[in-house]
Amino acid sequence: MKIIEARGLVKKFDDITAVDHISFHVNKGEIFAFLGPNGAGKTTTIKMFTTLLQPTDGTIRINGFDPTTQPHDVRRSFGIIFQDPSTDDDLTAYENLEFHGVLYDIPKDTRRERINELLKIVELESRRNDLVKEFSGGMKRRLEIARGLLHHPTIIFLDEPTLGLDPQTRNHLWDYIKSMNQKEGVTVFFSTHYMEEADRMADRIAIIDHGTIVADGTPKELKDQTSSHSLEEAFLALTGKDMREESATGIDHLRNMRRVWKK
Amino acid sequence: MEKIKKYLRVMYILWLRQIKKYSRSRARMIGSLAQPILFLVALGFGFGPIYQKASGENYIQFIAPGIISMSIIFTAMFTGIEVIYDKQFGFLKETLVAPVPRWVIMVGRTLGGATVSTLQGVVVFFISLIVGFRPENFITAPLAIVFMIMIALLFTAFGTAIASRMEDMQAFPLIINFLIMPLFFLSGALFPLDNLPHSIQVITFINPLSYGVDGIRGILTHVTHFGLGTDLLVLCIFVSIILLVGTHLFTKIEA
Ligand SMILES: Nc1ncnc2c1ncn2[C@@H]1O[C@H](COP(=O)(O)OP(=O)(O)O)[C@@H](O)[C@H]1O
Ligand SMILES: [Mg+2]
Repeated sequence: MKIIEARGLVKKFDDITAVDHISFHVNKGEIFAFLGPNGAGKTTTIKMFTTLLQPTDGTIRINGFDPTTQPHDVRRSFGIIFQDPSTDDDLTAYENLEFHGVLYDIPKDTRRERINELLKIVELESRRNDLVKEFSGGMKRRLEIARGLLHHPTIIFLDEPTLGLDPQTRNHLWDYIKSMNQKEGVTVFFSTHYMEEADRMADRIAIIDHGTIVADGTPKELKDQTSSHSLEEAFLALTGKDMREESATGIDHLRNMRRVWKK
Repeated sequence: MEKIKKYLRVMYILWLRQIKKYSRSRARMIGSLAQPILFLVALGFGFGPIYQKASGENYIQFIAPGIISMSIIFTAMFTGIEVIYDKQFGFLKETLVAPVPRWVIMVGRTLGGATVSTLQGVVVFFISLIVGFRPENFITAPLAIVFMIMIALLFTAFGTAIASRMEDMQAFPLIINFLIMPLFFLSGALFPLDNLPHSIQVITFINPLSYGVDGIRGILTHVTHFGLGTDLLVLCIFVSIILLVGTHLFTKIEA
């Protein structure tokens, strides 16, 4: 069953076409990777899926609902971990999570339990009552992730979730996401520009470049299709360029620098 | 019913957030008290003797309600306009994707900002007592809080509405200088509305703040220009309109 579907989706910002007629779908219960270099249009697509941006053209279905006409039903269906910081610095870690729990109507006992569990997983237990403004960039990122997972949604969107995280936290995080996926059947949609992450975690992958989908399928299919041994080679074969060398747009570049520096 | 309870819980947590943020910001608290104190002292004592000579009345008695209103307007505007900070620092997205109608978010935020601003007004009321202000009747004086709340709601919602359409803080000084200052000066906060040139009088009539100041003054000093009933009615109408407009604009925010 298709739980996310985009058809002929377009987003224009003035003269830039950030997303250019993309069509693809994600099946219920899948872990799906949206792979592409900086500036490819991943965040813009996710914002349209999650009711934050109106598409210029095309249609979207999220859990059977249209984000433009049924935003409320769509919002009930997903959780999101944004690419950019979105915690409240003037509140404590615990207060940020508590706020989220109330917003998503999680019963009090479950809320407390999950907050404790997640704080452990992202290793912020000892800092739970500290103001977020005292946190490093990496700690804020971990808090953000804990918050996004708190309400166990039907679909979870993760926009470059592991950018700037150390390998250990990254592994914990993926273990937790996998177990949510297996135990509760949560559909996972994540964007990344790390090929190996997509290769290792995803059931299926869509590769986006310059706002268009250049290929989609299982990691194996993509490799077979291009007779490559790695996704890296497949990407090269599909787009004619090496993703590592793809120069990021100025803003994305700065944004990533900022995150790394704050860590 | 379950739905209403849920909405109330969400409004409560939004309200609580505003209160916590405010109480954690000493600088903001002190900063927003400095201005009314300065106005009370400088104007009250500076213009006091002239006013006394001209009208035979005590100027502190006249301007204290105006300065109380002023402190509420500024705090309310600032808390409303905080939406821009939340936009810039990303927190707004957290509330915009939540499965809660935007009007609930808007109302929760507004109630939080209005509470903080009303408290600010109450504090300024006590400061004015120190400077020599005397309400006619201490028993009915607390009723003035009704008008303080109305002003607070009006300007918090107004700030939020404006902020919904702004990308950054650049236009903020313009709003203060070309909107808030004129509203304040032409509200009867600092001088009586009788005997004004006709054109200015018209402006003071369509300025919602005039009714707020007049209401507070009416309760505290038993002097009113429009009458308390009119004051309350006009404020209710303005608050409803601005809440509707604000909610509409807030609902349209993209991130
Ligand atoms: N609000 C915006 N206004 C103008 N251009 C934008 C805006 N958001 C994104 N873009 C542009 O759209 C393109 C795709 O950006 P984005 O979706 O953030 O890419 P990704 O997430 O894949 O790195 C980039 O060229 C970016 O500069
Ligand atoms: Mg992005």
